[in-house]
Amino acid sequence: MNFTRRAVLMTSAAIAANVLRPELTFGQATPRKGGVFTVHFGAEQRQLNPSLQASTGVYIIGGKIQEALVDLDANGQPVGVLAESWEAAPDGKTITFKLRQGVTWHDGKPFTSADVAYTAMNMWKKILNYGTTLQLFLTAVDTPDAHTAVFRYERPMPLNLLLRALPDLGYISAKHLYEDKGDIRQNPLNLAPVGTGPFKFVQYERGQYIIADRNPNYWRPNAPYLDRIVWRVVTDRAAAAAQMEAGQIHYSPFSGLTISDLARLSKDPRFIVSTKGNEGNARTNTIEFNFRRKELADIRVRRAIAHALNIPFFIENFLGEFAKRGTGPIPSVSTDFYPADNGPQYPYDKALAVKLLDEAGFKAGAGGTRFSLRLLPAPWGEDISLFATFIQQSLSDVGIKIDIVRNDGGGFLKQVYDDHAFDLASGWHQYRNDPAVSTTVWYRSGQPRGAPWTNQWDWTDPKIDKIIDDAATEVDPVKRKALYGEFVRGVNTELPIWTPIEQIFVTTINAKARNHSNTPRWGSSSWHDLWLAE
Amino acid sequence: MRILSLAGRRLAASIPTLFLILIGVFLLLQFAPGDTVDAMMAQMGGGDAATAKELRRFYGLDLSVAAQLVNYLWRLVRFDLGFSAIYGKPVVTVIVERLPATLLLMTSALSFAFFMGLVLGVIAARRVNQWPDTLISTLGLIFYAMPSFWFGLMAIVVFSIYLQWLPAGGFEDITLVHSGLSRTLDIARHLLLPSLTLGLIFLAIYLRIMRASMLEVLNLDFVRTARSKGLDETSVVVRHVLRNALLPMVTLIGLQAGTMLGGSVVVESVFSLPGLGRLAYESVVQRDLNTLLGIVFVSALLVIAVNFIVDLAYARLDPRITSGA
Repeated sequence: MNFTRRAVLMTSAAIAANVLRPELTFGQATPRKGGVFTVHFGAEQRQLNPSLQASTGVYIIGGKIQEALVDLDANGQPVGVLAESWEAAPDGKTITFKLRQGVTWHDGKPFTSADVAYTAMNMWKKILNYGTTLQLFLTAVDTPDAHTAVFRYERPMPLNLLLRALPDLGYISAKHLYEDKGDIRQNPLNLAPVGTGPFKFVQYERGQYIIADRNPNYWRPNAPYLDRIVWRVVTDRAAAAAQMEAGQIHYSPFSGLTISDLARLSKDPRFIVSTKGNEGNARTNTIEFNFRRKELADIRVRRAIAHALNIPFFIENFLGEFAKRGTGPIPSVSTDFYPADNGPQYPYDKALAVKLLDEAGFKAGAGGTRFSLRLLPAPWGEDISLFATFIQQSLSDVGIKIDIVRNDGGGFLKQVYDDHAFDLASGWHQYRNDPAVSTTVWYRSGQPRGAPWTNQWDWTDPKIDKIIDDAATEVDPVKRKALYGEFVRGVNTELPIWTPIEQIFVTTINAKARNHSNTPRWGSSSWHDLWLAE
Repeated sequence: MRILSLAGRRLAASIPTLFLILIGVFLLLQFAPGDTVDAMMAQMGGGDAATAKELRRFYGLDLSVAAQLVNYLWRLVRFDLGFSAIYGKPVVTVIVERLPATLLLMTSALSFAFFMGLVLGVIAARRVNQWPDTLISTLGLIFYAMPSFWFGLMAIVVFSIYLQWLPAGGFEDITLVHSGLSRTLDIARHLLLPSLTLGLIFLAIYLRIMRASMLEVLNLDFVRTARSKGLDETSVVVRHVLRNALLPMVTLIGLQAGTMLGGSVVVESVFSLPGLGRLAYESVVQRDLNTLLGIVFVSALLVIAVNFIVDLAYARLDPRITSGA
């Protein structure tokens, strides 16, 4: 390639402008081919195939190698990837996808509707977490020709729900590499994925790195720009921040650095620290109440606990600009479902909290203590740990003694969702673009014991159950949104779980990266248009 | 030959110990709430109860604890370490992949600590209660008191971020392809900071032991004899004192080889090295019993091997040990 003096000067000027005011030149310069993009990979998974495991830890790698039927565009609307168009029958029981032609797997075999049918019936419906629930009523996928897949459902499937769920739960695997190859879960390709995506898997050194190279036969013209992506396994958050500063890592996704490093690097012109590109991965901090405790079964006590916590103070002093006051189980970034009225909000009011506790009949005993509760904070992030301490101190002011019991991931899930050995639990509720995917299971009764992130509170409300069931099969988008509004107001009134803080994951990325953070689930997306400036 | 039979007897005695340790670790992990399927669910961010049940059967977790333990020991007797739940491959393969980094880090850190400790200890003892002694002892104390993660991070800030002399982490540079000598040099560059970080903490211990042991030996009668023979101070120290003062140092190496295997978790995490310590930590968090027991087994073998070498070194340093007096 030849660079003229003028071009070089202009590029340097553009970069200088970018460093100073990145938003000015966002996506304007001509993309540069080549370069190695390095990514912080904090927690190694047992799985890299996104058709089998739905989690950001898998998408951050598998999402560049394998592709889904649809993704979300810059405005959060479904856009075709392996599917070109779709259509639902009026009764909502049949949904037809027209598939993209001329797409090949990394091994050269053509991608067809048989792959879609095989993946849907054997992976999404049987193995994929959240997929098993989403596709519970999927009876068959017909393949009238190689580029048409017809999904048949026993009960109506809202097209909107499916299209908002499929960016995460709609990754396709190759039938010829999985069929008759033994147990799908044990297929060695799960750790060496083969897909249709812009990058081809090269190597995985456990504990060190994963490498994927540019797919020269990718179906999008002139894409991708990068030559290679390297994911570096760095478990220590402070060390990851140091490697970003040393230039060894370009991108740390999903709030992978400590809160203090995020604040520090956000002032450094070499980096962009932002929630942009993570709107599809909103989460709320939760307080889960165990109704098996008679104190907590009393709604006045649950409301008193909510009133006793000064959430704006906590956010301002501990979480900073990347968090805000939550209003309910559906976060405000969900443009499709966020209700105009969220119901009761429980502002900080210590006197009211004391009054409610007195009314409930839990008088302060010796030393001012009314009763003690065990609080189990989830180990997912330092914000939860800080919040647990904040709850402990705030509640001791109103006479509730809190014992914090800390566990690692497996221990937390076992104790809360299986042994029910908690009074209060605090963790994250992950919202996945539609409340039916991973939100309503927190409230719907009849969840089998041991299923994590489901209603294990011993709380049943037939009215809420009915709204949840109706909304799951309601094909009219307007009516669905109204039902979910009713759901949010209902659960905010009954308060089986409180969702006081809303957060979006924070991206830290080197300012040399271009075309990044341009969709609501960018960290999980395929990065076909990502490029690195000199 | 006596030393070999001595070491052989030690070796035989360590086998029952090894089994007791393995059973102990197995039972300890049973007390931790949750199993590998819970840990997997935590990583996945969700899963239904039916899947969990199927996975438990798959990993053999539906059996009773006693049955699981008997199965494990029976496989161990046949030298089969089992299958790793998190890595999806045999435990032996997983551990063998991690051994080179661990052994490299351990040997370089231990030799650094040993030789620097030896030299500094000798200097401190020769100038006891003068300024070099005070300086060395103070520095030793500072290194010993400093948490290794902090020291590691500070080293990264200075040498990787500000000076940009050394890489901030990893085992080798993967964005460039190296081979032969340049690969060796590249790995050495990556291991320099972690070895120093790990070594400095142990350095303090070696330094103090060496100093104390030198001071003790310097007061013994044979040193006075050597001096009265008219030997100069250097040959007194090197030929007579050092050799005798080295025995406690050699004992310490045997003891610390084990500590270093486990104690490097922090250093491995800070420098993103693929070592056994991090593997062990991950196995605990993921409740991967087979991998954890495999690591305990291999570490125990390493410790036994190091102690065997230490026994041989004793005999070389002090012939009285072999004569069985």
